[in-house]
Amino acid sequence: MAAPTPLLKDELDIVIPTIRNLDFLEMWRPFFQPYHLIIVQDGDPSKTIKVPQGFDYELYNRNDINRILGPKANCISFKDSACRCFGYMVSKKKYIYTIDDDCFVATNPSGQQINALEQHIKNLLCPSTPFFFNTLYEPYREGADFVRGYPFSLREGVPTAVSHGLWLNIPDYDAPTQLVKPLERNTRYVDAIMTIPKGTLFPMCGMNLAFDRDLIGPAMYFGLMGDGQPIGRYDDMWAGWCCKVICDHLGLGIKTGLPYIYHSKASNPFVNLRKEYKGIFWQEDIIPFFQSIVLPKEATTVQKCYLVLAKQVKEKLSKIDPYFDKLADAMVTWIEAWDELNPAGASLANGKK
Amino acid sequence: MRTKPPPSLLSLTIDSAVLNLSDISDLSSIPDHILLDLFLRILRAGKLTEKVLRLFIATGKDEVISLVEALNIRHVLTPVLPTTVINDNEVDIVIGALHADLTTFMNEWRPIFSRFHLIIVKDPDLKEELQIPEGFRADVYSKADIERVVGSSSSIRFSGYSCRYFGFLISRKKYVVCIDDDCVPAKDNAGYLVDAVAQHVSNLQTPATPFFFNTLYDPFRKGADFVRGYPFSLREGVNCAVSCGLWLNMADLDAPTQALKARQKNVRYVDAVLTVPARALLPMSGINVAFNREAIGPAIGPALRLTGEGKLRWETVEDIWCGMCVKVICDHLGLGVKTGLPYVWRTERGDAVQSLKKEWEGVKLMEDVVPFFQSLKLPQSATTAEVCMVEIAKAVKEQLGKAHPVFSQAAETMVEWVKLWKTVASG
Repeated sequence: MAAPTPLLKDELDIVIPTIRNLDFLEMWRPFFQPYHLIIVQDGDPSKTIKVPQGFDYELYNRNDINRILGPKANCISFKDSACRCFGYMVSKKKYIYTIDDDCFVATNPSGQQINALEQHIKNLLCPSTPFFFNTLYEPYREGADFVRGYPFSLREGVPTAVSHGLWLNIPDYDAPTQLVKPLERNTRYVDAIMTIPKGTLFPMCGMNLAFDRDLIGPAMYFGLMGDGQPIGRYDDMWAGWCCKVICDHLGLGIKTGLPYIYHSKASNPFVNLRKEYKGIFWQEDIIPFFQSIVLPKEATTVQKCYLVLAKQVKEKLSKIDPYFDKLADAMVTWIEAWDELNPAGASLANGKK
Repeated sequence: MRTKPPPSLLSLTIDSAVLNLSDISDLSSIPDHILLDLFLRILRAGKLTEKVLRLFIATGKDEVISLVEALNIRHVLTPVLPTTVINDNEVDIVIGALHADLTTFMNEWRPIFSRFHLIIVKDPDLKEELQIPEGFRADVYSKADIERVVGSSSSIRFSGYSCRYFGFLISRKKYVVCIDDDCVPAKDNAGYLVDAVAQHVSNLQTPATPFFFNTLYDPFRKGADFVRGYPFSLREGVNCAVSCGLWLNMADLDAPTQALKARQKNVRYVDAVLTVPARALLPMSGINVAFNREAIGPAIGPALRLTGEGKLRWETVEDIWCGMCVKVICDHLGLGVKTGLPYVWRTERGDAVQSLKKEWEGVKLMEDVVPFFQSLKLPQSATTAEVCMVEIAKAVKEQLGKAHPVFSQAAETMVEWVKLWKTVASG
């Protein structure tokens, strides 16, 4: 029998961005109640967000963000769920789980409720295998292993920095796909977790995401989105590309697959199209940019890597749009703010033992 | 007017059973006369399925069995209809026969294989005559045929698992599907027989997406698509050259792992196909694989032969080596490699501990093999699979030849293979 997964209730914070209410927490109560919540309230700070009884939480609205960060607050998005990364910054825990307020508990094919948080913890606590693809997927899972031909020297794996979960029901499609396939629902439960190979980028969705703050926290900046910005719905994408490049450089792993949550609300595709529109064109240049980035050997911490990235963004992407100039500055501001609020972890060694 | 008499309690009970058939898992305790009545009502209600029929036959009651025979009720053998239209003339199924008696193997695969042309290559070291059941369009090749085509002076040994490469050589079809002779069809999570051929061909006929990872796996599968953030310019994909399938029951583990986990069986059916990203290497198992012969044929050939190469998969790495070459070549030529579905059911055979005692040279060699392939760069001028193979052979001889004689031999075999391919395969 496998050992039970540790709760990590004093080592993990759950970060939830919200603009309306937190009723969805009722369904998650059995799984979330032991944990501390960090609620980042977006939009009108004068509105009161009701948190269901019995949860231990801290709540930050725009006024709090401005107060705590002062002039640096301009790096945190307004009127966009990207503001959630403020929660990552103020957390004092090792692990973060972030979830959207329209995501509910899913059931697996046997009809059991899925404890998404427990699966994320399992994923984060066991190594990743980015250097060679295992055809039986996660080799450390019960009932699985490394296949014939997998070099023994690579079987120890590397530390896992990010656990990317998936969604049943409303899939995370972009606006054009949503418009073409409004009725498509993700009903396929793929019973696998896998490490995304080194050198491969992926679209990281922030709806059901967990990460090791000590290993990769400073790279989880969700960019400048929403009010006053030319783009939206690319916050998690941006963080994902930055994280993957840095993880590849520092020898850390990113996993994707289980757990599933049940995504209940399809956002308005026309609103989405307006937000994403520029992103759809810009990503054609952004992807080759990330694919060709080479981080120098001297960049041995996440912050150092991130600052190199920011410089490269300014140099190479500004010509696409002045937005990237602003974004590069905001990336630097973010690191400064992070280091201010997290002084002990300022020079974090890479994940290697 | 005469009113109908009310139904008896027994009758109502049987009707209720018909309605709740899915909850019934065992009929053995039901008295014979009730059993027959139940069977007839199920028939009348149109609710006789494969599962229900099996329940009745499992009771062993003579009356039930005679009724089934009298009514000529037969098990449905056709597999799930493939969603891809497969042109029979485009597929060859190549079987390397390491066992003489292929009766069970062929009969189990009959519903799936019978429409295709089969190339059965007998391991030249196998002494007994092959036993192959009737009803297949099969061409069988043995040692004499191999020598006739290849010439007796060839240094390539098509023995053991490498006999199937001869089948690839003489095939004239676009797609080749190759399954080990100790595998039978698997069942998916819904209990349906997996049509491995249809799934492989479907994988090969839909584009691969090696340049960016799609978190919903194969975007071309029904019910899936590219996710938000996937660049539009990469959504056309590239041609898929190889489809690597998986195995339920006995997974393809190496001898040390299997010896350690003697009782572990792979029971997890992962309902996904995905493209292995560019520059990521994988161990391509030869147990259940298919490829586009027109696109990548010369890259799939014999090369690395262990000193103590044996007749169990644990005692080989020939397919793993082949997979390294293929992946490097596919990455270089802009072709895709998929992995995942279909599953086959691999039966138990041999003793991992014995294999381990005898030979684990393969496990040691992988430590040199993987870094070599990870750093291999093919020249821009190599634009075909043949040229790529020759370039790889050159690099193998230069960089790995000193490490172990099997590598120099592998390089020579690769060069011979390409020559052979040019004369035999393209002719």
